[in-house]
Amino acid sequence: MKKRGIGIGASLYPTGMSGGGDSSQAQVKVQPDGTVVLTTGACDIGEGCKTVLAQMAAEVLGINYEQVKVINDNTDNCPLSFGTFASRVTYVDGKATVDAAEKARDILFEVAGQMLEANPGDMEAVDGKISVKGSPDRSLPIGEVAGAATFGMRKLVVGLGHYMREPSAPDPETGEIDPFCTLAWAAVLAEVEVDTETGEVDLLRLVCSYDVGTAINPLLTEGQIEGGGAMSIGAALSEELYPNYPSLEQAPTNLGDYAIPTTMDIPDIEAVIHECPSTNGPFGAKGIGEMTANTPAPAIINAIHDAVGVWIMTLPATPERVLRALDEKGGA
Amino acid sequence: MHSLELTVNGRSYQTTVTLKTTLLEVLRDKLFITSPKVGCNSGDCGTCSVLIDDKLVRSCITNALSTQGKEITTVEGLSKPGHLHPLQEAFHEKYGAQCGFCTPGMILAAKALLDENPKPSRKDVREALSGNLCRCAGYGKIVDSVMAAAEQMGQAKN
Amino acid sequence: MTMKVVGQRVKRYDGMAHVTGETRFVDDVIVPGTLTVKALRSPVSKGTIKTMDTSSAEAMPGVAGVITAEDVPCNAYGLVPDQPVIADETVRFKGEVVAAVAAVDEDTALEALEKINLEIEEEECVLDPLEAMKPDAPKVRPEGNVFMYDERPFRQIILGDIEAGFKDADVVVENEYVHPSLEHAQLELQTSLAVPAASGKLTIYTVSQALYFHLGQLCGILQMEPDQIQCKSWAPKTGSSWRHNAGFSDVNYIGGTVGGGFGSKNDIHADHVTALLALKTGQPCKWRWTREEDLLYSTFRGAWFITIKDGVKKDGRIVARQMKSIRDAGGYSSLNPYVVDKHSFVATGPYFVPNVQIHGYCVYTNKPPASSMRGFGVTPSVFATELQMDKIAQELGMDPWEVRFINAYRTGDQTPTRRVLNSVALVEVMQKLAEKAGVDLPDKLKNMNSKERGWT
Ligand code: FES
Ligand code: FES
Repeated sequence: MKKRGIGIGASLYPTGMSGGGDSSQAQVKVQPDGTVVLTTGACDIGEGCKTVLAQMAAEVLGINYEQVKVINDNTDNCPLSFGTFASRVTYVDGKATVDAAEKARDILFEVAGQMLEANPGDMEAVDGKISVKGSPDRSLPIGEVAGAATFGMRKLVVGLGHYMREPSAPDPETGEIDPFCTLAWAAVLAEVEVDTETGEVDLLRLVCSYDVGTAINPLLTEGQIEGGGAMSIGAALSEELYPNYPSLEQAPTNLGDYAIPTTMDIPDIEAVIHECPSTNGPFGAKGIGEMTANTPAPAIINAIHDAVGVWIMTLPATPERVLRALDEKGGA
Repeated sequence: MHSLELTVNGRSYQTTVTLKTTLLEVLRDKLFITSPKVGCNSGDCGTCSVLIDDKLVRSCITNALSTQGKEITTVEGLSKPGHLHPLQEAFHEKYGAQCGFCTPGMILAAKALLDENPKPSRKDVREALSGNLCRCAGYGKIVDSVMAAAEQMGQAKN
Repeated sequence: MTMKVVGQRVKRYDGMAHVTGETRFVDDVIVPGTLTVKALRSPVSKGTIKTMDTSSAEAMPGVAGVITAEDVPCNAYGLVPDQPVIADETVRFKGEVVAAVAAVDEDTALEALEKINLEIEEEECVLDPLEAMKPDAPKVRPEGNVFMYDERPFRQIILGDIEAGFKDADVVVENEYVHPSLEHAQLELQTSLAVPAASGKLTIYTVSQALYFHLGQLCGILQMEPDQIQCKSWAPKTGSSWRHNAGFSDVNYIGGTVGGGFGSKNDIHADHVTALLALKTGQPCKWRWTREEDLLYSTFRGAWFITIKDGVKKDGRIVARQMKSIRDAGGYSSLNPYVVDKHSFVATGPYFVPNVQIHGYCVYTNKPPASSMRGFGVTPSVFATELQMDKIAQELGMDPWEVRFINAYRTGDQTPTRRVLNSVALVEVMQKLAEKAGVDLPDKLKNMNSKERGWT
């Protein structure tokens, strides 16, 4: 018999390294023609930091995304980033990038101020131009300002940015600590169909709702939600490094035996993005990368319980485990 | 050592191989065509996928000598400067590639499908790509990409 | 202020390179004359190396160099620097590297491994963390099998008064949860290419997720400032061109484009070995792990054993949580102590609990070192907490949504580590989920928000 059930799960996830101290730096250089090179030490492991950091730099400088080029490939040239982990890059490297871009912009404001005989504090950078706020006719293309800075005023239009949250250690007695930059929030619903004869669980639906602060790029946010979702589905239903735990025997030696989900195991994941801006993040962003891999698994296990009334207390819910649980319970 | 002649992306090559050299080794180590990746070397992941005479194969478990005189296509062969294949366009547009490691194989698996079945359903796409693993994307946007490319190619034909 | 670029669905920066096959991963970097690296790994989970004779391997034609623990200037690395690059005397897990070879091709390298005369005296090992915690268990590490957080063998988080909390409760819900070991299974294998230059500068192509974090560790391994790093052996005993007092600028670490990480590349797996062999042989050295090695011997998500005891009021409020979590860390610290910390800091999940006692244990066993994986220690705590919420709902005869809405953090709530929260959005996120999924919530829940409790 096939039985359906629905389960939910919720979670929070901290942005940045627990306890802080993980610093990141960035350099934004405005070329004499107004195009921009962002140099960062953050690694792109697939999550897309080159894309979102370039977006942030472009936003600050009032130029197109396409006009920003990113260098992140070597330690001889790139400033320090502590690394791409702890869902920290959008937030921490993002803040460093914004800081760097603002400092570069300040130089442009200063130069443009002289050219337009205006106060640098009254300038803005929008639509590829440096303008006096409120008087759109008093403006100069960013390339002209950068060119004048380079050749006329002998200035290097470079901004150096940095961000680090103060390190803090847990109190040995109470564990008191300020462990995160900000928190992101998640809730997930899973619908499954359980075959009571075979113990097989078919995931019919996975709906994911995530607060990511400001989504710097919703397309990439969805990519994280779907990718992390897939990973959590694998954890819920098929993956196990030591099937005979704690024994090492029968540990998988290939990707046929260690069964990560294929196209056939994942439904089209439905995602909804909620934006509750962080108080201190770049443009209100929060970290999203890791949290997406956490909540689907328990939602699926809760859905199995809803369907057939058994609790799978040890992941993954393989057909054998489900059958055994059904047996112990005396049937669905 | 045995002599091997094959065509890759329209260009013919001659090289020498042993009896156990794989097609993947020929492509990567001898011809320096690196889009087919080594994800497992055991036929389980699909990152080494290429087309042999338009059929999808895993080059890591394909004996090089068995490709004598055959035509091989890798993802490098799909685009010309300034002109992407609709599948490449779609994977870029629809965010079908995250880290990019599975992407060349994924695109070729999709091409093999669309050559056979120009109007696939999402389920057809899922079936056709089921031998190509992706750990990053969760597949949804990969399927979106293939569907978009199919649509685009269908329109181009009419 | 309206934003023009932030918030836009712009295409991936490197998407074009990905779809054309142009993206260059470490394995795609071709340097003429590159040697192939292979490692000899311990066949046993625990033992003492009695014989290590590499002379016949070294004498083989085509073999450019062999390294053992003796060749590692500072043979201890990691956040808690307790892991040797190459095992020296003691092996702590099956698959631990005991020697590495650089040769002209893979066949030669593999043949050379067979020529290494290795004798290991096998010793009793312990694989189960619950066994390892017992006083008479075989010792994984000389300091003991349980990581010490300050004076305690666990990380403690305390808020409120746990006893009072349980007294106040109407029901107690207690359960045990097991989260198994998982592998990242990122598709790009652990790979490294080290290219030496006559000037002494080393270029390393890396899959690292954290260039500078690893650069620092690497400089520590390759030698340097002996007074600053505690090390057993310094100068290599074999003839190589070690440069002392080298620093960050002596290595150009090239990377930043990674074929999937998920935490698998937060620990150095191959760069130290290729670096040492490149320096020793003066030739480029490349090591790409096999998928089998990557599955069995790279870092992974260690297993967890979690017991949660919650004191709950009839109205659904959780008023006390006592939690004991045990992490199977494997043979070395790597990022495990941090993983347990992170787990413990947020162990009540997204829910406000006024009285909390969390004990997080990091326990060594004779397995490969576990480490970070997407979600660090939070993933298993979410798993356990979210099953627990449904169990509480069942116990109280309540709807699972309602239990979560009632306990969800609100602005101004205090976390177990005594932070006062802002930017809280769980209630809204759940409301949006229900809407998207077509679940019609009762008005009571629809009208709640994260700004106020909505009940007292
Ligand atoms: S490398 Fe060929 S299938 Fe994985
Ligand atoms: S995009 Fe990374 S494996 Fe598919």
